[in-house]
Amino acid sequence: MIQDLMIERAKQLLLSGEITCAAGWKRGDFITDSQPAIFESLQELENLVYDKYCAANLSKYLVGLNLKEGKILVFLKPCDSYSFNQLVKENLIKRESVYIIGIGCEGNIRLEEMQGTELLERCLVCTKTEHVVYDELVGEQLNAREARSRFEGVLELEQMSSGNRYGFWHEQLSRCIRCNACRNVCPSCNCRKCVFDNNKYDTGQKASVSTFEDQMFHIIRAYHVAGRCTDCGECSRVCPQLIELHLLNRKFIKDINTLYGPYQAGEDISAQGPLTDFNAKTDPEPGIIHQGGQADV
Amino acid sequence: MCKQDSLIPQIGVITKVKTETPDVKTFSITDIEGKKAFDHKSGQCAMISVPGVGEAMFSITSAPTNTKLMEFSIKSCGVLTSYLHTLGDESQVTIRGPYGNAFPLEEFKNKDLLFIAGGIGLAPVRSVINFVLDKREDYGKVDILYGARSYDDLVFKEEISQKWPDEYKTQVHLTIDSPQEGWSGNVGFVPAYLRELNVKNDKMVIVCGPPIMIKFVLEELRNLGFEKEQVYTTLELRMKCGIGKCGRCNIGSKYVCKDGPVFRCDELDSMPGEY
Amino acid sequence: MYKMNMQDMPEMLTHMAELMDVYVPVRRGGLVNFEPFSQGVEVDLGTLKTVKSPKDFFLPQVEHLFSAQSQGSKLSVKPQDLPSSPFAIFGIRSCDSRGLEILDSVYLSEPVDKFYEARREKGIIMSLACLDPTATCFCTAFEIDPAEPKADVAMWEVVGQLYAQAQSAKGESLIIELSKFFQKADIGDIAQEQGAIREKASELPWGKLPLQELKSDRLLELFDAPQWEELHKTCLACGICTYLCPTCQCYDVQDHGTGAEILRYRCWDSCMYSDFTMMAHGNIRNSQKERFRQRFMHKLVYHPENNGGEISCVGCGRCVSKCPASLNIIKVINSLVVKADV
Repeated sequence: MIQDLMIERAKQLLLSGEITCAAGWKRGDFITDSQPAIFESLQELENLVYDKYCAANLSKYLVGLNLKEGKILVFLKPCDSYSFNQLVKENLIKRESVYIIGIGCEGNIRLEEMQGTELLERCLVCTKTEHVVYDELVGEQLNAREARSRFEGVLELEQMSSGNRYGFWHEQLSRCIRCNACRNVCPSCNCRKCVFDNNKYDTGQKASVSTFEDQMFHIIRAYHVAGRCTDCGECSRVCPQLIELHLLNRKFIKDINTLYGPYQAGEDISAQGPLTDFNAKTDPEPGIIHQGGQADV
Repeated sequence: MCKQDSLIPQIGVITKVKTETPDVKTFSITDIEGKKAFDHKSGQCAMISVPGVGEAMFSITSAPTNTKLMEFSIKSCGVLTSYLHTLGDESQVTIRGPYGNAFPLEEFKNKDLLFIAGGIGLAPVRSVINFVLDKREDYGKVDILYGARSYDDLVFKEEISQKWPDEYKTQVHLTIDSPQEGWSGNVGFVPAYLRELNVKNDKMVIVCGPPIMIKFVLEELRNLGFEKEQVYTTLELRMKCGIGKCGRCNIGSKYVCKDGPVFRCDELDSMPGEY
Repeated sequence: MYKMNMQDMPEMLTHMAELMDVYVPVRRGGLVNFEPFSQGVEVDLGTLKTVKSPKDFFLPQVEHLFSAQSQGSKLSVKPQDLPSSPFAIFGIRSCDSRGLEILDSVYLSEPVDKFYEARREKGIIMSLACLDPTATCFCTAFEIDPAEPKADVAMWEVVGQLYAQAQSAKGESLIIELSKFFQKADIGDIAQEQGAIREKASELPWGKLPLQELKSDRLLELFDAPQWEELHKTCLACGICTYLCPTCQCYDVQDHGTGAEILRYRCWDSCMYSDFTMMAHGNIRNSQKERFRQRFMHKLVYHPENNGGEISCVGCGRCVSKCPASLNIIKVINSLVVKADV
């Protein structure tokens, strides 16, 4: 069984001194409760589990952890490896301080009251079936899935009248309780000090005084992760109010693909990001500098 | 204390601003009619706010025996405090309170008192000193040990150098951290000076200052034979409501805004060290 | 004890809604929360728990305290009026109504919070027995009986009938007001259902927790317990647990400039957030471990010490099912107690 292979490999790596700890999942209070965990001993590794409830993307936990001595082992599902790569690209994870074991994924279960049988939305539209980064792969790679297009929802929204679309987002975003879970779980939300936490410049904001402000928080967040969001789907997974945050991110992804050519964040760390590679001559949305006729890059 | 309007402030008028040090000013505040906004006890605090800028808790540095106004000595160190430093006479702020417990001045009666303060930490202590000196016959000998980084950083200069030393059975011991031209007093940190002074352990002690100073002062007091039950200090934490509900000054089962800010040192031992 | 046909419930609610604001559980976009009732709104009594607890009817996420205006050097303050409209919340569960009692012990203790008090006075709680407690429920650990909800009006749904019993003067007068919908019933009618609920509740996986070990005389020992290091490790420092919790009670006070005036408001806050204890000269809780510990120590040790042993948790299980890292109070209790005793 893959779980046994994972435990065995982790133990070998720990014993050999190759790694000092491992990020994985362990069994919690219920059979469906596979919680993210950091393992530091052979004994703790006995509790490692891997099943369809291991939804947490462990890449985020590596931000900041890479400062420790020695290597950390991390188990990455194919889609998590994109987040990992993107963080390496952003210099937030040192590739050389992590040992990656890639593991296959058949999709994660959407839980309600710790029960469920259906896959998470992100898994229904999954296209990331291969790891983009790993040191070794363990177990059978059961990744192929019959996927429907992840842009279906975006297309529906694009076809709505602007009034209806506003109504849709207003209803969605006014549910927000500003718990910050979407932000804190997001691998791309990695500012040392989030602008919404910064009281120094009057941008700090803990609650929304009007529903407009809920929209501010989510729209600014979507803008800030645009071009870097790998569409890992963690934001929608953790939202307690079931806001379809992935639709915002996918709208950006779709527009970027249309304007700059197909781009998948996290896929290739040597590729220039579409929104960070400025070329005034070829930019389909050149902006005011170019229009002013001054730029000559 | 049951106030209808615990979270709703009244208007306070700044009637005088006195520059104490390069970064400390003392503000005299009355209510809109020029009277004292509310009665208080030594050690208690008030919430002062500039709407749109912020609100924070400050200790009332004037004594309860001052029935005309309240004084607050405020160091410029954050958004609100630096804004307050730009305000002059007749400026209006909001004020609510009083909040917190107080020093047990009844218990101190007929006892010798030792006040130890560092820097702006003299602000809450000054309220007690002036109360005691106003009721001089009720208390025993008074020793005041006060230090700051430099002469310029000593607050309430007139009181520490002229008014208090002239009082009956009152001694003031001043110290600054490092030598300075024109300074003939003691040089050195407050805890070291305390050891030098070799005070008798028969007094009640009130300590206030930076956490690191408090830590070493408590150690020296122990060496001098003081019991924790003789020593009082005040804590300073972030506060929002002032009435023990908003939760941010909660340490252990205490709310500093309500159960403090004055604590006897043996009480602190039963609390987690999150201060 | 009274009863009515479940089919008549919409009509009764419509009648109630003429007298006051009525909030009912409604399913929308895949989740159930309390929403205002008006004719045609479909009431979802089948879903056990709303995502949000009903605490925001009494302690709204954002609440204006006063507005301030400055004209020249003159400043004026206009207090927000206290809430004065009557309202009812229909279909609260036993755990959540107990949650309000815990909030009462904070907000109704001296000095009383007038805004909260006004809402408590104006609000009528109509709570509903839980026919089918689920695995994430652990109310029984806190001696809460899901078969006997405490409220102004307690309700039971039994084979097509809605049984109701007033438990307060407010509840009595509401039942009288609604008397044309009700007929007298026998208390024995619900006995069988109550028995069935209690039997299910006795089998809840976390229905018994070793709470007696969390004595406040062990405050410092629990505070210094080595388990916090392990427990907090995967905490993402979000506020889901705090904001969904029916007993989390901390708030922040902030200003909002509208151009014409400054609105001072208070809003929910979380001790899990890094700025909770931030001051100009530093922070007393610099690590997530310290913030995580504060939340649970407050619930399990500090609040009980100040409130006659009352633990600030009602076993609703929202943190159990919603924490993105699957951390929750059950894990904390079990870890603290089991390992502390080894």
